Amino acid sequence: MPKITYIDSSGEQRTIDVQKGLSVMEGAIQNKIPGIDADCGGGMACATCHVYVKEEWFNKLPKTQDGEQDMIDMAFEPKKNSRLSCQLIVSDELDGMVVTTPSKQT
Amino acid sequence: MIKTDVVIVGAGPVGLFAVHQLGIKGLKSEVIDNLDKAGGQCIELYPDKPIYDIAGIPECTGEELTKNLLDQIKPFKTNFHFNERVQEINSEGDNWIIKTSQNKVFSSPNIIIAGGVGSFEPRKLSVKDAEKYEGKNIFYSISDKNIFRNKKISIFGGGDSALDWALELSKIAEVTLIHRREEFRGAPHTLNQIKKEGKVDIKTKFQISSISGQNNIESINIKNDDGKETEVKTDYILSFFGLIMKLGPIAEWGLNMDKKTIKVNTENFETNKKGIFAIGDICTYPGKLKLILSGFHEGALASVECFKRARPNEKYRFEFTTSSKEIQARLGVKNK
Repeated sequence: MPKITYIDSSGEQRTIDVQKGLSVMEGAIQNKIPGIDADCGGGMACATCHVYVKEEWFNKLPKTQDGEQDMIDMAFEPKKNSRLSCQLIVSDELDGMVVTTPSKQT
Repeated sequence: MIKTDVVIVGAGPVGLFAVHQLGIKGLKSEVIDNLDKAGGQCIELYPDKPIYDIAGIPECTGEELTKNLLDQIKPFKTNFHFNERVQEINSEGDNWIIKTSQNKVFSSPNIIIAGGVGSFEPRKLSVKDAEKYEGKNIFYSISDKNIFRNKKISIFGGGDSALDWALELSKIAEVTLIHRREEFRGAPHTLNQIKKEGKVDIKTKFQISSISGQNNIESINIKNDDGKETEVKTDYILSFFGLIMKLGPIAEWGLNMDKKTIKVNTENFETNKKGIFAIGDICTYPGKLKLILSGFHEGALASVECFKRARPNEKYRFEFTTSSKEIQARLGVKNK
């Protein structure tokens, strides 16, 4: 299974196996990774699963679709490498990806 | 004090359909919601986005679904209490006493919590000292635009609220519109109008970095992606970053919770407290799916237990809307 590393705002790292086909958000929720709220449940409607993606991985991701940037506008402290983790589907290509969670989601 | 069979907390799609399921059983409900209208997430988060998984409706928007649900429950003449939040509940014998933020008091044997992910609140500016100026120099909504006359206003956001107010206030004030990227989410024709009139100073790819002032805001600093900072003289900040959902007082009611959701049994969607039910996104049980259609089912089952509690001396009889004269009478159907 692909490994995804979540780093929280204090720098603590958690690496977990996430099944292919799940989103990075679902991987976090199922494994009780703190820092991702996902209030809307993955509907791209709330911006509370916001993560920063490490640059080398950011460029490998499929581009944002309509609506994701609109939601990121409302996220807490968005940056250039901001994504909604509910829209990042885990695959072999993303094995080893590192994401950082913001200091808060709302 | 308002006496009723059921108090429903939340006027989203699931709360609305619960009114229907209770109504056809002859139960009266009162609905309380913190927003100013019905629809919940359907209206606040995705009014124009099509939904494709409502059984029997191939495609409809959140707005259409809300309208249809309201039409469906019209016969029951339900009272809605908008702009109110349930603050406190207390038990009194077999009843619950429910108090709202507007000091309305209800007495009912049943409470159905259909609260989604909680009540909606504006997303606040996260910059240091913002709290100090909220309600004085920082606003998340506007009630009297005249206070901005001839002032310097910095508006944040890229949606319709930000664009509409930038255009409107540019007629009476000096407006700077600040947004984190070049594309705006709001209506293109509003943006074009703003550009055509040329009265709004538009700064894109900037975000707020600090606020300066004593008793009142005097200026703000904004920073772009490359770290370049610019000062903007500002009397008022208007921030339009949408709404967030906060669980609020429900967390204090002594219900068994799993993070932000309420544990229920799947027989009647009752919580650990007798007469308090949770349905829709806010409830959790093994296999729970956060779907509107699941919430409809949950409301139907909860309504049966509500009947038993509200009418302890009557026998509950399962009936179909197609054949029950009683249900049809409650729906106001004229017999042909």
